[in-house]
Amino acid sequence: MSEEISSVVDIDQQEYIINIGPQHPSTHGVLRFVVSLQGEVVKSLQPHIGYIHRGIEKMCENLTYQQIIHLTDRMDYLSAHTNNEAVCLCVEKALGIEVPERVKYIRTILDELTRLASHQLWWCSFGMDLGGQTCYFYGLRDREKILDIFEETCGARLLLSYNTPGGLMWDIHPNFQKRIKEFIKYFRKKLPEYDAILTGNVIMHQRTEDIGILSLEDAISYGITGPTARASGFSCDVRKRYPYSAYDKADFKEIIYTKGDTFHRYQARMDEMWESMKILEQLVDNIPEGDFTAKMKPVIKLPEGEYYQRVESARGELGVFIVSKGEKYPYRMKFRSPNFCNLAIMNKLTSNFKIADLIAISGSLDLVIPDIDR
Amino acid sequence: MDNDKLKEKVLSIVPNAEIVNGNQYLEVTVIPGKLHELAKQLKENPETNFDFLFCQSGVDYGDSLCVVYHLESLKHKQSIVLKTKTPNRENPIIDSVYDIWKAAEYHEREIYDLLGIKFRNHPDLRRFFLEESWGYPLRKDFKDEINIIEK
Repeated sequence: MSEEISSVVDIDQQEYIINIGPQHPSTHGVLRFVVSLQGEVVKSLQPHIGYIHRGIEKMCENLTYQQIIHLTDRMDYLSAHTNNEAVCLCVEKALGIEVPERVKYIRTILDELTRLASHQLWWCSFGMDLGGQTCYFYGLRDREKILDIFEETCGARLLLSYNTPGGLMWDIHPNFQKRIKEFIKYFRKKLPEYDAILTGNVIMHQRTEDIGILSLEDAISYGITGPTARASGFSCDVRKRYPYSAYDKADFKEIIYTKGDTFHRYQARMDEMWESMKILEQLVDNIPEGDFTAKMKPVIKLPEGEYYQRVESARGELGVFIVSKGEKYPYRMKFRSPNFCNLAIMNKLTSNFKIADLIAISGSLDLVIPDIDR
Repeated sequence: MDNDKLKEKVLSIVPNAEIVNGNQYLEVTVIPGKLHELAKQLKENPETNFDFLFCQSGVDYGDSLCVVYHLESLKHKQSIVLKTKTPNRENPIIDSVYDIWKAAEYHEREIYDLLGIKFRNHPDLRRFFLEESWGYPLRKDFKDEINIIEK
C-alpha cells in the first residue's frame, strides 16, 4: 500500500513522456508530438513529421511549370489558390511577362476569398479544439458559400488550379461578381455571430489569455510569419511590404496586435476577415475588361538564373525559389512553407504551460500538415 | 544603405567574396569557413542588421553542394542572398547559423535530411521527414529503385 502511494507522488516529481498523434483530432492531420511532462505541465515538446512527405520538391524537377501548378495545390490545401499564384508570379517574373490587369484583379479577389475560407475553417476547428462543437457548424455553413463561388468559377471546390503561368485557365463566370457581393452582404451579418458565440465567451477567454506568449524577438528570429507573428507586433504582411497582383490598388489595414498570446492570435485572424471583405468590396466592381491570359508559348523555358517570389498565404509568407538552367524543367525548386517555420516555435510556446493549453496553442498557430511535410 | 555600400561592407569582412548582382538580390558567395563570421557580422552590425532569415535552401549543383541563405533587414528594408559551396560530397560540413537565427534549426534539419549536408554546432541534427535507411533524395545522383523516372 505504501509503495503505491509513493509511485503516485513520483509522477508529480519525475518527467514522463506521452505521445500525441499522429492520428489525433487536435493536431489537424498526421502530426505527432512527443511531449515530456511533469505532472500536467509541459517541459518540452518534440514534433515528429514526415508521415505524408511526398517529395514535392523532387517531383517538381521532372515536371514542366504548367504541371507544377497542380502539385502546389496539395501543399497547403486551404490556400490552394495562393500557392498556385506564387509559382505563376515567379515564372512570370523570370520571363518578364506583364499579365493583363484583369488577371491581377481576379487573382487578388480569389486570394482574399481563399483567405476568408481558410480563416473560417480555422475559426470553427479552433472552437472545436476548445470544446465548442457549435462553432464547427457555423464556420462550415459560411465556408460552403465561398466554395460554391470557386466551383462556379473553375469547377473545383478545394484544389483550384485556376492559375496558369501568364494568366488564368479561363474567364470568370458571369455570376462571379454578383455572387461575391451577395456573399459579402451575407457574411457581414454572420461574422458578428462568430463573436457572439466564441469571442465573448468567458471560458474561451480563460483558456486563451496569457497562454503561449510569443515575443517579438522570437517571432523574427524563428522566422514566424502570418497572423501568428502579427499578433506579436511583427509587421510582416507581404501584401503591404512587397505588393503583388492588385494589392497596391486596395486600401486595407495590416492587423497588428502586440501581446502575442493565444487570444491575440485569435483576434488577429478575426480582424483579418473584416479586412479581407473590405478588399473584396473595393475590387469586385472594378475588374477591368480585357484578356484573361497573356500570350504564352506552349513550352515555357525560364532563362538561366535564380528567382524568388514571396506571397502572403492565409498562414504566413510563402516563398518560391526556382533555380533554372534554361530547360523546361526547373533545376531545383524550393518552397518556403509558412507552416514549417511556424511549427518551430511550438516547443518554446508550450513549455511550462499545461497540457490542455497545448491544444489551444497549436490550434492558434493554424498548422496545415501537408504544407509542413510537402 | 544601397547595394554598392553593402558590397563594400561585405568585402571589408570577407575580402575574397564573390559578389554578383542577381535578378532581384545581391548574391554573395563565400567559402564555408567564412560563412559564419560574415553572417554574424551582417546580423549584429547596426548598419546592416539582417535580422530575418526568410529562407534557407540547399541546392546540388553537381560539382558542389550549396546552401543558400535569403536574408532581410526589417529596419533597413533590404535583402541579400548568401551562398556557400562545398565540393566535398562524401562528408560535406558547414557551420550552423542556429546561434544567429533560430529559424535555421528546422531549415538545417530539412537540408540535412534531403541533401546530406551536415551542420557543425547544430543542437539537434537528425533526419526529419525520412528514415535513416534513405539516401539523400534531392542530390542529383540519387537513384530511386522503386519509382524510376526517365526523362
